[in-house]
Amino acid sequence: MVESEKTEYWRWTESRWTNPDLDWRNGDIISAGVDVGSVSTQSVVMIDGQIYCYANMRTGSDSPDSANRSMKWALEGTELPLDKIEYTVGTGYGRVNVPFAQRAITEIACHARGANYMYGPTIRTVLDMGGQDCKAIRCDERGKVTAFLMNDKCAAGTGRGMEVFADLLQVHINDVGKMSLVDEEPEPVSSTCVVFAKSEAVALLRKGWSKEMVLAAYCGAMAHRVVTLLERLGVENDFAITGGIAKNIGVVSRIEKELKITAPEPSIDPQLAGAIGGALFGKALVEKSRK
Amino acid sequence: MTTIGIDLGAKNTKVVVIKDSKILATSSVLSGFDQSASAEEALKKALNKAGMTREEIKHITATGAGMDAISFASDKVTEISANARGISAIFPTVRTVIDVGAEEGRAIRLKEDGKVIDFGINEKCAAGAGAFTEAMARALEVDLEKMGEMSLKSSKAVPMNAQCTIFAESEVVSLIHQKTPKEDIIRAVHDAIADRITSMARRVGIEKDVALVGGVANNIGFIDSMKRNLGFEVLVPKDPVAPEFISAYGAALIAQDKVIGG
Repeated sequence: MVESEKTEYWRWTESRWTNPDLDWRNGDIISAGVDVGSVSTQSVVMIDGQIYCYANMRTGSDSPDSANRSMKWALEGTELPLDKIEYTVGTGYGRVNVPFAQRAITEIACHARGANYMYGPTIRTVLDMGGQDCKAIRCDERGKVTAFLMNDKCAAGTGRGMEVFADLLQVHINDVGKMSLVDEEPEPVSSTCVVFAKSEAVALLRKGWSKEMVLAAYCGAMAHRVVTLLERLGVENDFAITGGIAKNIGVVSRIEKELKITAPEPSIDPQLAGAIGGALFGKALVEKSRK
Repeated sequence: MTTIGIDLGAKNTKVVVIKDSKILATSSVLSGFDQSASAEEALKKALNKAGMTREEIKHITATGAGMDAISFASDKVTEISANARGISAIFPTVRTVIDVGAEEGRAIRLKEDGKVIDFGINEKCAAGAGAFTEAMARALEVDLEKMGEMSLKSSKAVPMNAQCTIFAESEVVSLIHQKTPKEDIIRAVHDAIADRITSMARRVGIEKDVALVGGVANNIGFIDSMKRNLGFEVLVPKDPVAPEFISAYGAALIAQDKVIGG
């Protein structure tokens, strides 16, 4: 049987990393955060509040299995045994299904805490753009949540919507953002429904629009959608974006333009924010228990 | 006197030819990407069926999402007015019309004389329109036309959590993987769309009798879910025209009213 290979344009790149400057044997508190999302799962291990290693991979059909696999991959080559991790916090959609976690904390709390670590204590508004939901979060200088709004009912403004477009236009999801940066910004397609946006896009392609222009119209729609959510919550500076879409320059630049503010460039993979927040909560819980 | 109503919908373009309120011919073609060409084609087909020429038509009234693309129309009316006029000609007892098309859902409240009191529209989300069942049929690899009959064979109500069409697609796929019978999944699909349509209609207020029109009203599984959801029987036009022609029929009647009224 000849199997034809089907390109999966929506497939984003999985990754893992170990910090070469740290040795877990010299650490005091080893904590971990595992963020089991609907699309991606991240495991982050921290030594005394510094990232030691992480893995970022796709979520499978089974949450406990996804949690186990991502932690195994994060620890690969480090010789750090799982039982040396003093406290693990599970977060995300599958947070109660992390077999080796001591506690589950909501992804809202973890993302705010993670953004505070990644972008600094001046962050007051966090937009987390996940695979199947989108959250606008306000927080204080310690990364504590003060208010939030969430859309988890509709694919517009989520990573899933972007995957649909990557597939439709046969453009790899990693390239969508850059490709969408056209000279003349077109009118956005429907910002309320991915299904309608898709049929509008098909009509535009028939009219002779380039892929770049159609992507621009979709990135614009997506940006508009999440800006509506942010404006309902109220945006206070500084502002940061976390989650997979934070890596999409096409959406990020349009959100910045519409809000007239700039989000800092991430120095750490923004998909890790939830797991980092979880690991930091883990560390704080160890410190509390030792007092 | 002969008049025509043409309804250029998101998916299909429908034409109804009437003579003294009686239906002479109907036609339906895909709206496609060139709406004005589809309108011409649908008109030609209907005229051929009726055995008439365009010159014999007194008045052509257009309606539907693409009504502006119909250059040969004498005038246009909203889908709300067209629906109201069409349904009250067939079922004078109807006080609430629920119209579910390919990309829109509407609920219209009528007075005893058929005048519109209030209406609600969903044109923002595919989950309350025919696009939803269509996407689910694709995910299930079942012909759209077979969905209704299949769902009536379901023996069990399975819950659907997703509201969004995109998320529901993934949910349907995982239900298939869990070996849920397709009949049960399809019933869940119809229950889901019926639920959304009913909550839109409740915002306008539902008063009996209730009629279901639009292309989705051809789906007996959807009708069944609507009855269960509302808790009473609903009217679905069959004679002289099928539910998807009600707007075009109403437009033809409005065209006739205009000629008579001068």
